[in-house]
Amino acid sequence: MLLLMLRLFWTFFKIGLLGFGGGYAMISMIQGEVVNKHHWMTMGQFTDIVAISQSTPGPIGINSATYVGYSSLVNAGYEPYWGVLGSLIATVAVVLPSFVLMVVVSKFLMKYKSHKSVESVFQGLRPAVVGLLAAAALLLTNEENFGSMSSCPWRFWISVGIFLFAFIAQKVYKMSPILVIILCGVTGLILF
Amino acid sequence: MFELFVTFSKIGLFTIGGGYAMIPLIEKNVVEDKQWVSHEELMDLIAVAQSCPGIFAVNISIFIGYKKAGIRGAFISTVGACLPSFVIILALALAFQQFRDNEYVERFFLGLRPAVVALIASPVFKLAKSARLTRYNIWIPITAALLIWLVGLNPIYVILIAGIGGYAYGQYIKD
Repeated sequence: MLLLMLRLFWTFFKIGLLGFGGGYAMISMIQGEVVNKHHWMTMGQFTDIVAISQSTPGPIGINSATYVGYSSLVNAGYEPYWGVLGSLIATVAVVLPSFVLMVVVSKFLMKYKSHKSVESVFQGLRPAVVGLLAAAALLLTNEENFGSMSSCPWRFWISVGIFLFAFIAQKVYKMSPILVIILCGVTGLILF
Repeated sequence: MFELFVTFSKIGLFTIGGGYAMIPLIEKNVVEDKQWVSHEELMDLIAVAQSCPGIFAVNISIFIGYKKAGIRGAFISTVGACLPSFVIILALALAFQQFRDNEYVERFFLGLRPAVVALIASPVFKLAKSARLTRYNIWIPITAALLIWLVGLNPIYVILIAGIGGYAYGQYIKD
């Protein structure tokens, strides 16, 4: 268990340190580390966690770190109170690098902002973060989240409909994400 | 100190989804009501917090807390910004554990999963605009996405390579 906790800490420390581009880019990294590398949970469980993190108050990065920390220990078969410790570890780990860095940066605020080499680094980072986000969406487009076209066409086509509705509602009509999630959840409740 | 804690826990509590929703809230609380920083300072601060790694809301809390009361202020503000989320998520995680196998809850979550995918896909385009993508650098996000999606490359390496690549390009190639 200690090993799992150390890994949890290291994983979220890395994510906090390299989490350029805000909470959504972090989701891609959490996905890569937690689902694909360490197998602490399935892609479906991860999607549920993202849904809950998006629709509850608080920054999405903190929400998902807290939830993933909890689930990683509970999924490994430990009691819920160990899960609470897990969420504490993940949350502290994800904030720690920002804390150190922001305190240092606030001493050299203006110099840092316009420094040429910092600007160069961001010329590479900004476009890459766009790719990260696209990859997160592509990886989530799987059988676990949409159902399978051959074995359960009903669920598959309704899922596609829900996806299109949510995309248009958000992109064109700027509907609040919470409302989108609730509406789609209720649709699932009625149709599945 | 206590004021820092309360202000930032309020800001943490009302940031739903992305951090940008909280900018007006910070303006009202920190600039207009408490006058801890000026409007111009806040604008600079936003630019810096965006370009630092980590969670936007937390970065801003650390910065203002540090400015007001040093390391202790930064610590108190960070705890304030994180605590509401932490408590709410833990309560939900514990409750969800009990109801997960409930048939209705399961159906509700099956319905919202495709919506989550859409909610992650839709800011891609907005982000692409603010990243100032042109036909010369559009290959970067496309390659990054394909490497992660099809090859299974860890996104952490993409960030490392992109940062180092950007630095090398700016230092040695551009001039």
